[in-house]
Amino acid sequence: MSQEVISNVICTVCGCSCDHLQVTIDNDKIVKVKNACAMSSGKMLGYRNERTTQPMMKKGTTLKPTTYERAIDVTAKTIIKSSSPLFYGWSLTSNEAIAIGVDLAEETGGFFDNTTSTCHGPTILGVHEIGESSCTLGEIRHRADLVIYWGSNPVHAHPLHMSRYTVMSKGRFRKSRSDRKLIVVDVRKTDTAKLADVFIQLEPNNDYELMVALRAAVRGDEIEQETVAGVSIDKIEELAEMLINCEFGALFFGLGLTMSAGKSKNIEAALSLVTELNSKTKFVIMPMRGHFNVNGANNVTTWLTGYPYAVDFTQGFPRYNPGETSAVDLLARGECDSALIVASDPISNFPYQAAKHLTSIPLITIDPHITPTTMCSNIILPSAHVGIETTGSTYRMDGVVLETRKLVDPPKGVKTDVEILSALLKRVKSLTR
Amino acid sequence: MEKEISIINAIVFDPLNNIEGEKLDVHIRNGKIVESVGRKARKINASGKTMMPGGVDIHSHIAGSKVNTGRLLRPEDHRKDVEIKTKHTHSGVGYSIPSTRTTGYRYAKMGYTTVFEPATPPLKTRHTHEELDSTPIIDKGCFPLLGNNWFIMEYLRDGRLDECAAFVAWMLKATKGYAIKIVDPGGVEVWGWGKFIKRLDDPIPNFDVTPREIVRGLCKVNKMLNLPHIIHVHTNNLGSPGNYQTTIETMDAVRDLADGKRPIIHITHVQFTGFSGSSWVNLGSGAPEIADYVNDHNHVSVDLGQVIFGDTTTMTADGPFQYFLHQLSGNKWVNLDVEAETGSGIVPFQYKRTNYVNAIQWGIGLELALLVKDPWRVFMTTDHPNGGPFTSYPKVIAWLMSKKAREKMISRINRTARRRLDLPNIDREYTLGEIATITRAAPAKSLTLMNKGHLGLGADADIAIYDLDPSKVDLENKPSTIRKAFKETLYTIKNGKIVSKQGQIAGNSYGNTFYTESQVSKNLEADLMKDIQSRFKDYYTIEFENYPISDGFLRNPAKINCKADV
Repeated sequence: MSQEVISNVICTVCGCSCDHLQVTIDNDKIVKVKNACAMSSGKMLGYRNERTTQPMMKKGTTLKPTTYERAIDVTAKTIIKSSSPLFYGWSLTSNEAIAIGVDLAEETGGFFDNTTSTCHGPTILGVHEIGESSCTLGEIRHRADLVIYWGSNPVHAHPLHMSRYTVMSKGRFRKSRSDRKLIVVDVRKTDTAKLADVFIQLEPNNDYELMVALRAAVRGDEIEQETVAGVSIDKIEELAEMLINCEFGALFFGLGLTMSAGKSKNIEAALSLVTELNSKTKFVIMPMRGHFNVNGANNVTTWLTGYPYAVDFTQGFPRYNPGETSAVDLLARGECDSALIVASDPISNFPYQAAKHLTSIPLITIDPHITPTTMCSNIILPSAHVGIETTGSTYRMDGVVLETRKLVDPPKGVKTDVEILSALLKRVKSLTR
Repeated sequence: MEKEISIINAIVFDPLNNIEGEKLDVHIRNGKIVESVGRKARKINASGKTMMPGGVDIHSHIAGSKVNTGRLLRPEDHRKDVEIKTKHTHSGVGYSIPSTRTTGYRYAKMGYTTVFEPATPPLKTRHTHEELDSTPIIDKGCFPLLGNNWFIMEYLRDGRLDECAAFVAWMLKATKGYAIKIVDPGGVEVWGWGKFIKRLDDPIPNFDVTPREIVRGLCKVNKMLNLPHIIHVHTNNLGSPGNYQTTIETMDAVRDLADGKRPIIHITHVQFTGFSGSSWVNLGSGAPEIADYVNDHNHVSVDLGQVIFGDTTTMTADGPFQYFLHQLSGNKWVNLDVEAETGSGIVPFQYKRTNYVNAIQWGIGLELALLVKDPWRVFMTTDHPNGGPFTSYPKVIAWLMSKKAREKMISRINRTARRRLDLPNIDREYTLGEIATITRAAPAKSLTLMNKGHLGLGADADIAIYDLDPSKVDLENKPSTIRKAFKETLYTIKNGKIVSKQGQIAGNSYGNTFYTESQVSKNLEADLMKDIQSRFKDYYTIEFENYPISDGFLRNPAKINCKADV
């Protein structure tokens, strides 16, 4: 069989959704990837490793092979029997799958949460309070003459972000790196910080203080301390001057801001700073979303329920109270009595208390790979990779939606998330109606 | 479910067929209105009930990036208004930005069966369609935002009108869009730099084109492409005292392009651009002047953007206006600019009866509706959710039909506004036939939806039956009866199926999504493709090949084909 080269392939790793990959396929396998970052190449060339390919179900203490039909039937019965099932994950699958997941949670009166609750959840809480001045990434590419990365290290976490969308990109009004200033604020000198024109090293867990001081300086208020968060007032004022005097500024932030002390308060301070800056110049802000479709998970859940994550259907209508209705909190309190995990690995990522409870309840996982979560599961439903083995639409970190393609077939017999979830919803309805 | 239905003895209001309150039987087979049906057809006795074609909303923000960001911004909006899951319906939330399912159900309950989302950023229109696909029952469509598009501004600057037309045709095809939407022409591009323009002849920096040239250019393009709707324009200067002049100037900017056959420009939510005066202190209603212009010029249509007192969420592609409103109100603010195309903003807002400006705004909308003589050129909207949620339509209908209803509200609004508005002196009361015109027949005609907005043979069987007997009720003295009747139909029929009965939704069917394809000549299209592709990478952060929405993406696509003149 001859080799086939496919262009303009959309990457399904991080929130950058780069769509200029060139993939070579030989004998239904991806053998070469061009234009991709290391993370993307790793996935594109390694997607066949450590796969789950056979539906499995626990008998006693060991997992035994079964069929999709049987596994879906038992899953449906397990969920129906539960008083508060949890449906968690969703950030590494398609919008179509997420929408079915929401309906499943609604139908069974459970909790629907995505990985936002353990990453940019505080960002969303901040937006509820303040709003956000934002844009698509192209606006930054064309117009921004000042870019800040705060608590974010794109060189490693979003490797093509700077070259495609920010300081190293070529836009209509900014042609090159020398037309832009790069400011990095972090607790350590990261590889991104090494490229910066200005690097501000702050003391850990003092982001809120620094952000508020910076806002005070932008407003022209006098600050009476000599340093804030280990940064001298002179430096803060100098930074404020840079922000005010740029033509178009962009503040990107990562989990360094979102998950350090203060959490949503840090984000409120950042959003307020950027809102304030718009009275003096043009300024935008954007979270550096991690998983390729975590933004899609937020969007789909929002249009169906009004809320972006941590949705509680137990009373027959959508309810939302992160901290109470979010997965980690529910599990840590021991409330959920079954869990369906889709495209996520909470056993690896959740706090001990929450992960422990997951292992004590019926745990069903739909995932392409063998993970600590599949290893702890009572039922494993193998699935195809979205954007490699099946189609599906996804949201870039700035809300631009792309239709990913199917490049190769999934492993023999393996179904897609959409197929599995549709069958499960159908089975649930047939058992309950 | 029955394929055939007979509705017997209904009091029919079907303005497109000149039927006003006649007692008639209407028959339905396979989703269409037919001459007769078999004996086994289900019979609905509609004696003493008012029947109209299904409502057609030409301008309601129900889907897409800014709507969803509005939802995300406002959990407090949802908590006060929830829908519980039933056997046949999904749960959801209101209030001013309902979730998708709730949007479809609530429209259907009110007897509306077709709704257009009037502002979708082309680059994000996949999102808009995902939400439209998730909105049950109603037919729908969306208008791509083209008034600040870099390609279009450059083609117009360079006088390349044919290419501009071909580009618009490509855009509509690529985004599965229905009509040309223009919002604050050029002004949103300028807002990309945090700056403002106010006048129709202000040049757009870096593009060397003016708002006037954009409006005129796209008006010509609309005709060249023979599109089903006309240019749908949100003017410059929205929300500023004195802006009624901008509205009239914008209408007048295309007067010479009119051909006398039908309107060629639609000015949307004209209330928001109907302010007279020079400041908030001496703000007044510019409605009499605008209405005079509309009455004298048949190349124009308008919709209201009626204000409803209470809490809502404002959202428009007019990013600079939303920033202005944020500064004015101090409320939270979202801004979402879109590369090479457009922008948007969102601000929660409360219209207060006792606030002078809000009371004047309330008066402007109603004055416009009452002073424009031709109901075929003024459509009822609240610019949902900007003036208020669409669920307030029964209130607006009552105000239009009953001077008594207006007087009651006038007695409760800000005293100064009461003195300065003309509204108390206007006696006109809409008839049911006129209400049927401004809520279904006229918008359907403006959209050239041939099978909608009427009940003639061959029309889509989209029907609303209201519990209202105009022969028994003195409507102008019973506004509460009007409100109650229009809040919830006895029956809403969509495509020949009963979708709502006394407010009970029958289930989750999904309507069509209309979009337009205008075919330009092959040579022009080929030249255009070359030109777009040569610059696409310079303008956008996604690849040209990934831009168009694929054919299988929409749940129920319904293509309207047009033949372009170029």
